[in-house]
Amino acid sequence: MNIIDVIEKEQMKKTAPQYNIGDQVDVSVKIVEGDKERIQVFSGVVIAKNGGGFKETFTVRRIVQGEGVERVFPIHSPKIVSVKVIKSGKVRRAKLYYMRERTGKGTRLQEKFEKEVPASAGEVLSNPNKNNT
Amino acid sequence: MLSGFLGKKIGMTQIYTGDGIIIPVTLIQAGPCSVMQIKTVEKDGYNAVKLGFDDKKRKVANKPEIGAAAKAAAEPKRFIRELTPDKGAEFKLGQSITLDIFNNVKMVDVIGITKGKGYAGVMKRWNFKGGAQTHGSTRHRPPGSIGSNTDPGRVVRGKKMAGHLGCERVTIKNIDIVKIDKDRNLLFVKGAIPGHKGSYLILNKVNVKTIGK
Repeated sequence: MNIIDVIEKEQMKKTAPQYNIGDQVDVSVKIVEGDKERIQVFSGVVIAKNGGGFKETFTVRRIVQGEGVERVFPIHSPKIVSVKVIKSGKVRRAKLYYMRERTGKGTRLQEKFEKEVPASAGEVLSNPNKNNT
Repeated sequence: MLSGFLGKKIGMTQIYTGDGIIIPVTLIQAGPCSVMQIKTVEKDGYNAVKLGFDDKKRKVANKPEIGAAAKAAAEPKRFIRELTPDKGAEFKLGQSITLDIFNNVKMVDVIGITKGKGYAGVMKRWNFKGGAQTHGSTRHRPPGSIGSNTDPGRVVRGKKMAGHLGCERVTIKNIDIVKIDKDRNLLFVKGAIPGHKGSYLILNKVNVKTIGK
């Protein structure tokens, strides 16, 4: 085995977070302020997955006060504490960049369909003003 | 100890710091090296230590190489360079030198041979702008005028033109050492270094006190 692969494997998390494109997720991120450490949650929709193995990253998009915000997280970063999948969206693309063109009710379309357990239609809507951290 | 060390470029990857910051690193297989020859003022007119790195198959080595290596009771080496010893440091023939020489060293100068690019035009070799790609222009990549007319009637010496690019000895100074892995003889340095994967490198220690003067 190549030494670079070994080095990368050593740094990978043993249990990498599991998620899919179109999932509504809560990403817990470690934040250091001075000598204090706290956990911030960034929740949104996974719209893209890039790279593979040790270098894999995913992009989470959410709407904050009418403005779209995207963050890219490396999944093996020690700063990422956990990725919690709230619900899955039925999508037909690997990259949901079309979400950038959508506003308001348009953004909820893809979450209409649950993967396994069908949820009641009212709960499916993502509330952009929730979880403002 | 020695002014530097020998190594081989393995390739690039990333590592995380404790704070979760990603640093781009180049992995260098550094040592172990053998002392092949010790030069002294009395005998050779100057002090030097000849280090050898990376064993060569005996089948490939020629007789002088095998003979020189036999003096140090070592295998013939692929990469042999002279380095300056520190004052008062003592070496034995055949002594094996490891990454320990980088204890407390924060930076290195890396000397390597850049990747060969062959015969390259002025845009690639000297970053000329070239001409317009569109608007009816057919002058896409040539250099344009290379001088005046009758006066001076010649091309100025040193004019940047097309020619061979790369395969050149280059020193990159003050590269941060990110991590030292003594078990596997690996040196992690920040950023890129010259050469292709597997190319040999000279790693000169940087005395941090002298930086910024």
